[in-house]
Amino acid sequence: MPSPLEHDYIGFSSSSSNFEEEVEVEDLKGTELRLGLPGSESPERKPVVGLSLGLPKSSVSGLKRGFADTVDGSGGWIFSGGSGGGMENGKGGPLVSQKEENGGGTSGQDSKGHVLSAKAQVVGWPPIRSYRKSMMPTNLDKNKDGIEDKQSFGCVFVKVSMDGAPYLRKVDLKTYDNYKELSSALEKMFSCFTIGQCTSQGVQGKDGLSQSCLADLLHGSEYVLTYEDKDRDWMLVGDVPWDMFTNSCRRLRIMKGSDAIGLAPRVKEKSKNRNDLANQMQKPV
Amino acid sequence: MASKKKKEAIDEGKSMEIRVSLFPDEVLERVLGFVKSHKDRSSVSLVCKDWYTAERWSRTHVFIGNCYSVSPEIVARRFPNIRSVTLKGKPRFSDFNLVPPNWGADIHSWLVVFASAYPFLEELRLKRMTVTDESLDFLARSFTGFKALSLVSCDGFSTDGLASIASYCRNLTELDIQESGIDDLGGSWLSYFPESFTSLETLNFANLNSEVNFDALEKLVSRCKSLKVLKVNRSITLEQLRRLLMRAPQLVELGTGSFSQDHLLRADAELEAAFNNCKSLHTLSGLWEVSSMYLPALYPACTNLIFLNLSYATLQSTELAKLLPNCPLLRRLWVLDTVEDKGLEAVASNCHFLEELRVFPADPFDQEGIPEGGGTGVTEFGFVAVSKGCPNLRYVLYFCRQMTNVAVATVVRNCPNFTHFRLCIMNMCEPDHITKDPMDEAFGAVVKTCKKLRRLAVSGLLTDRTFEYIGTYAKNLETLSVAFAGRSDRGMQSVLEGCPKLRKLEIRDCPFGNSALLSGLDRYESMRSLWMSACKVTINGCRLLARRMPRLNVEVIKEDDNDDTQAEKVYVYRSVAGPRRDAPPFVITM
Repeated sequence: MPSPLEHDYIGFSSSSSNFEEEVEVEDLKGTELRLGLPGSESPERKPVVGLSLGLPKSSVSGLKRGFADTVDGSGGWIFSGGSGGGMENGKGGPLVSQKEENGGGTSGQDSKGHVLSAKAQVVGWPPIRSYRKSMMPTNLDKNKDGIEDKQSFGCVFVKVSMDGAPYLRKVDLKTYDNYKELSSALEKMFSCFTIGQCTSQGVQGKDGLSQSCLADLLHGSEYVLTYEDKDRDWMLVGDVPWDMFTNSCRRLRIMKGSDAIGLAPRVKEKSKNRNDLANQMQKPV
Repeated sequence: MASKKKKEAIDEGKSMEIRVSLFPDEVLERVLGFVKSHKDRSSVSLVCKDWYTAERWSRTHVFIGNCYSVSPEIVARRFPNIRSVTLKGKPRFSDFNLVPPNWGADIHSWLVVFASAYPFLEELRLKRMTVTDESLDFLARSFTGFKALSLVSCDGFSTDGLASIASYCRNLTELDIQESGIDDLGGSWLSYFPESFTSLETLNFANLNSEVNFDALEKLVSRCKSLKVLKVNRSITLEQLRRLLMRAPQLVELGTGSFSQDHLLRADAELEAAFNNCKSLHTLSGLWEVSSMYLPALYPACTNLIFLNLSYATLQSTELAKLLPNCPLLRRLWVLDTVEDKGLEAVASNCHFLEELRVFPADPFDQEGIPEGGGTGVTEFGFVAVSKGCPNLRYVLYFCRQMTNVAVATVVRNCPNFTHFRLCIMNMCEPDHITKDPMDEAFGAVVKTCKKLRRLAVSGLLTDRTFEYIGTYAKNLETLSVAFAGRSDRGMQSVLEGCPKLRKLEIRDCPFGNSALLSGLDRYESMRSLWMSACKVTINGCRLLARRMPRLNVEVIKEDDNDDTQAEKVYVYRSVAGPRRDAPPFVITM
């Protein structure tokens, strides 16, 4: 950890305020995510740049709780369900509870390609009240695209994020007929991120998926597929009939299983179905 | 006893005292009854014992800015005739999830005392307090003449609690639950208002999601002829809104529902006619799903608008530009940054009487990335434009991603009358985006130019210089919010030393440590509270403060077991009630 005496409070030297500066943070060096399109070799990247990094540990409440807990000391992704406890609800700074967490949990992506996990997870910044977040209109994209009702045009594009992946994807829910098709499509889309961790140094296996590795990751409680509905609640995918789902789904998120416990109560009851869901996510043999 | 005193005064020949104490108590109380401001009342009570007594007997409203600064028993003992109570609970940073759940500020113990001390209590206004259904039920049953319930940013209750209020408060005039985090179990609560119930004047349930029985709502609105404020929730459609407006053309404040319709209304003219009827409207809000198609129907109702809250409506600049000319008298405007700088230029052209502007971010967490349309919210250009066209601005809340020192200096030069200046540059520690300098000079300009400044929120890359400016120039400053700023203890010290009227100081993620904390030793008793989180204060520093100032509550919130020496979150406030008796385990009083 850089001593706060050497740098200014946020870890930058006083002569420059350029955020592109490298910030040495021991804990986080090994957790660099690999960027790059599926199938390409990941370029050498700069260390994680986030404004709250480099701070004395005690000084960044959100960072301490959020980021450190998604990453274990060895620097790899957390695969086991017991990642750092993960259950932060009682501490008031959870990663995932939509109602509580400002970042809404979409970590790891940013149009500039920087890892945003740290930034998105600083509790309470920007200072927008939880009430305002939950009351935001649902038609944020509407005016930009000029599409009044996406469904009336026969396609339902929703963004899909995966915890730890550096960028989002978009899928048209109307191109699938059921949950199985959707989950296998998502699997294919996001396998590059998980595989990147399976093999060393992020080089993609030439023949695509490593069966056993992907299966290890997606089986059981490693990842669950969740979605945000019209009421801005985060729900587990699979509870409602497919048509109802496509009508109410606003976006998707592939969440770490351990984080999904913080979801809405209804979801808690359905947590026993998670195994069923995980089975749905299996690649068809 | 009183008349005996007067006799003594006369006997002793103190002419001044004679003139004062010749008033019988009843007259003094009657006169003082006209004094409403709680600051004035405090002054009155300090004049002499007679006046203290007259004041406490004549007071009907008490305002308690920090529920832990005093106990309900002390309040009840001092003021026997209270009819209206305003209470604030949690520190403001709880709005941003910095205060753990179950921290406290539960209203129940207050209600129990009030039930016996003030059986005729009529009004309860709470902010950031925890209220349970049980408490609401207790309230509804204990105070037969209860009239007004306002719960702003409260939590802990559900729609069941509302049903209790509706059922038992026969004289209810106000039910306002704005921005409260409530468990929405359904809309049936509204149907609990009895058919004989007609006294409602204010109804605000805008934050609820579930559908209420529209029939019940329509009947309620019809029979409450004094209804002045109606803010409905999202589930109310445009057509339903139209019907409500036809029943209540006397409305003064309206919160529309979603303002959209799944299918086209049969006749837009009908909608416009309904709004045409509402000539008394001075406040308009809601408009969550507003589509440009229906917006023009609003225009006739905007003639007398003073306050327009579009902060949930994703309007583009063109739509705003068309709407604003219909609101010539506008004084307060809240918008989303989807209107962009161009929209703010429209504000500058049309809203000459504007006093308050709040620009909220539509996408504060960058989740949408940079939108395809290139929209990036508002910038320094919009800010300067508004300042040119609206010289009466005195309140601004501005969320943006970039700003320059020069722009802010220009803004305050154009509008020197700011009393509230809250600038939030959302990218943390963002410097002047052109010069790359810290934003010190921006806030320096603000405090130097705006002599009446009472509230300031700073952001961007800031060194200690900002705080030196504040300490030197902001002599009327009462509230200061600081995040991710400053370089050393000197920063916080400058403020504590230099701002004599400071009442609320809230700081997060700044390098201020024990030295800074202790530099305010002789200030905290004249302040309402101090919040410091993720700074460099240690437990020992807090202990020292507590030891030196026994009439302060110095509370440390400890959520982690990791580091025993750091004080993660510190909340310091003056209190005559002593340490909290209801503190949860993670709140430790030093």
